Amino acid sequence: MRPRLWVLVLVALACALGLANTACEDITARTIVVWHAYRGDEERAIEELASRFEKAHPGTLVELLAVPFEAYPAKLEAAAPHGHGPDVFIDTHGRLGAYRREHVVAPTPPDVADPAQYDTIALDAVSEGGRLFAVPLSTKCVALYYDVDLLPEPPATLEDLVAAKLPEGTLPLAYEANSAYFHAALLSAFGGRLLDDHGAFAFDSDAGVRSLELVHELTAKHAIPAEPSGALVTQLFASKQAAAVIGGPWLRSDLGDKVRYRVAPLPKIARSGELMRPLLTVEGAMLTPHGATRPLAVDFVQFLGSKEAAIVLATVGHQVVARRDAWTDPALAGDPVLGAFHDAVRSSVPMSSSTRMQAAWVPANEAIEKALRGEDPRAALAEARRRFDDATKPPPPPSSPTPALVVLGLVLLAASIQIARRTRLADVKASLPAYRYTAHAVLVVLVLVVVPLLAGAATSLFAGSRDDMRYVGFANYVAILTARGGALLGHGSFYLTLLVTVLWTLLNVTLHVAIGVALGVLLSRPLLKLRAAYRALLVLPWAVPSYVTALAWKGMFHRQFGAVNALLGLVGVHPISWFSRFSTALTANVTTNVWLGFPFMMVVTIGALTSIPKEVLEAAEVDGATRWQRFWRVTLPLLRPALLPAVVLGGIWTFNMFNVVFLVSGGEPDGETDILVSEAYRWAFTRDAQYGYAAAYAVLIFGLLWLITRATRKWQGAGT
Amino acid sequence: MTSLLRKIEPLLVHLAVLVALAFALYPILWVLSTALSAGGLGAHSGAIPRPHDVTLDNFRTVVGTDRVGGTALFGRQVLSSIVVSLATAVVGVVIATPAAYALARFRFVGARTGERALLATQMFPAVASAVPLYLILDALHLLDTRLGLVLVYASTAVPFAIFQLRGAFETIPVDLEEAAMVDGATRGQAFVRVVLPAARPAIAVTALFCFMSAWNEFILAATLLSRESAFTLPVVLQRYVGEHDAAWGPFAAGAILVSLPVMIFFYVAQRQLVSGLTAGGVKG
Repeated sequence: MRPRLWVLVLVALACALGLANTACEDITARTIVVWHAYRGDEERAIEELASRFEKAHPGTLVELLAVPFEAYPAKLEAAAPHGHGPDVFIDTHGRLGAYRREHVVAPTPPDVADPAQYDTIALDAVSEGGRLFAVPLSTKCVALYYDVDLLPEPPATLEDLVAAKLPEGTLPLAYEANSAYFHAALLSAFGGRLLDDHGAFAFDSDAGVRSLELVHELTAKHAIPAEPSGALVTQLFASKQAAAVIGGPWLRSDLGDKVRYRVAPLPKIARSGELMRPLLTVEGAMLTPHGATRPLAVDFVQFLGSKEAAIVLATVGHQVVARRDAWTDPALAGDPVLGAFHDAVRSSVPMSSSTRMQAAWVPANEAIEKALRGEDPRAALAEARRRFDDATKPPPPPSSPTPALVVLGLVLLAASIQIARRTRLADVKASLPAYRYTAHAVLVVLVLVVVPLLAGAATSLFAGSRDDMRYVGFANYVAILTARGGALLGHGSFYLTLLVTVLWTLLNVTLHVAIGVALGVLLSRPLLKLRAAYRALLVLPWAVPSYVTALAWKGMFHRQFGAVNALLGLVGVHPISWFSRFSTALTANVTTNVWLGFPFMMVVTIGALTSIPKEVLEAAEVDGATRWQRFWRVTLPLLRPALLPAVVLGGIWTFNMFNVVFLVSGGEPDGETDILVSEAYRWAFTRDAQYGYAAAYAVLIFGLLWLITRATRKWQGAGT
Repeated sequence: MTSLLRKIEPLLVHLAVLVALAFALYPILWVLSTALSAGGLGAHSGAIPRPHDVTLDNFRTVVGTDRVGGTALFGRQVLSSIVVSLATAVVGVVIATPAAYALARFRFVGARTGERALLATQMFPAVASAVPLYLILDALHLLDTRLGLVLVYASTAVPFAIFQLRGAFETIPVDLEEAAMVDGATRGQAFVRVVLPAARPAIAVTALFCFMSAWNEFILAATLLSRESAFTLPVVLQRYVGEHDAAWGPFAAGAILVSLPVMIFFYVAQRQLVSGLTAGGVKG
């Protein structure tokens, strides 16, 4: 016991030290904090620029922070309004609409950037109402990469490319046909676009129908791969299974020197006679309101927009810079890939920076998926428009908070009277020793768990985005519970999603418990050889970060290139298109989640089994009970107290397990495999930041789970 | 018949475990083959995972040998991850154990309400509570500190830890403590000297759970921490996913590296699982 105790003390000390040295360093007046989401060569370029600026301004410190792309907007929107954010941040112009609304970005002072020095298209993208909100640094759009061994010349039209003579088994083209970002280029060749100038959905036009008919034709002819993803497209091109791919500058670093390729702007579509115009995003250096007040930060932004900086961004970071005069530099002029992308920018269409753009992606993607599966494009687009309009409906009118406050007051009063009547002082006094054991847990959970949750729940009574939150009473709840005026079991309705969620939870929990308990019991056999090794290996699905493994599973369920179909093929099963039907898509999700979750149940079982005194099990053996009887009559009942919390909480967590559904099926087909919590996340993060509506979903989920657990308790109580 | 069954039974058990092992490891072999492939390709190629152009470049990228000061930074981030996760395990268990003991052994006012409230916290999707949490930590001056992150993780893990430990305490016979108290120990001494050792397997499982919840969390760590050297490993890994594409090779390599300490931690923790009751000195 003694030595172990020492180890514990040492560990605790080490932890304490590790925690102690984290006190915030003083941010001096000569420090500029800069956030970005760059990695690889682009990160090296910004680091180089930071050190050059530090050299030019002695005593200055540029503190760079690389934030993961997925956490970037959330972190910025949490920090900047409270003065904790950066002085300068680099982001795409597409988010400017949201950032202006959240007061994350301030206008760039007019003398910082000389308009004559930048590409007009880039400058326009970062301006609004005659004011500049960023210094444009680089531009990104897609172009055509073609393998020069297979295609000596860039094709003049898409039709030429599809008809090109290629070796057996080589696809003419690979691109993410199921993504609206890529499809926008085809759409533009027919004269269409996703959003019009007023932020209304414009995909449901004749142009939209014709573009969808074209992609369906391409897939049916096997000219492009089915179920494409970024990783698949890269791999097909790198392994010469595709002669050309549509991709952005980012593809360059993934390809390395595996293929000999050139880049050209996207070709024309012969049947419309027009060029495919890709969507353009402009990356710019933006100032936070705090940063805009600091001359040093403004200087740094000005430096990032200079010719010198542009050359570093282009040569080190391989970026298509927006600064015009940088392109006369020999290093840039000698880079054909960069030059091709610069040409492609000229025929591109800047992405809308309206916050409504966010709400357009999911319906547009769903319409494209349907068309790829062969459904009627016109109906698919009409449905997409309905979903877009529904998600962007103006918030309900504000209502007076008085009735709710009165009700709340009365409820609180009644509750406190009830508590005061039921508890006697003597009981409380007798409870004092117990409170000594529980006080710290109560305090921590109250402050860091309950209060944030209650604050979250309170937002469900509000509507609109964060800066014009208005009180709307129970309007959000009414809208959800009436399926927003649609059919009660219609697409995406609360009740239909609830049924899917219940099915999802039951399947998962049953399999988790069955597999976990079975393995736990097997691995607790005292005489089993290699027991420790088995145990350590079987926790791996829990140990490896689930983001990677969930995506590995998604890849394994790919129709054409996935391992699951390859394995099934060995026993003669025809390839299954896993994500095109509800039943198979749910199977894929459940398989992944069972894989992720069984080790937890196994570990809990092993832990619980070791707590059971061996004498009890031995006594049953002496009684002559068979193994099977011993398991059901002795082991399982003894496991129950330890397993029950794991099963109840496991069920609750599965009910709210958003990641696996999001990463594996992504709701496919057509949102049918979405569960309630993914619906909540969609309202918060992909439908114009409607936090109030999302919070109402969360409260309803909470209410449902509460009722379900209460009902199970009652039912269990009656059973025993 | 039964004697034959008895003979082949160990074989059958091994067979069943091996099937489970195949299910558990197959997807990880895909991750491994992606990690070993140049350019990180290899997610889609038939039934057997095998890397293209085997290379350790992806591991080098993660460890940071291609950047000036990259290795030192990665080292500090590994340390940061271990410190945060171990501290979460310690703080979580220290907070949860006495509370769970009180729930298992005392009758007190508010016990049922507290228990229900704990369960309720797990039911609420945290969809709108990130900003309030941010403001609370700001008010406590714990923003951008590992201590703040540890407290958030530990308090989130406490409800499960309490339920798990209460279940374990309930399976321990009350006679043990009563015997100790008859011998002159106080309630607190009986708890520390008698009950805790007997509940060691459950405490190990709970510690593992707290450790894991901190080890794999990414979004709160990325939101609450603002210094690169304090970033935990999931935040570092998530950086390989960009707006338009993801660097799967380094991500997969990093995922493999990240899971190694967990296996070691588990391997050590499971010794606690084996010892169980007898090690607590409880006989008859």
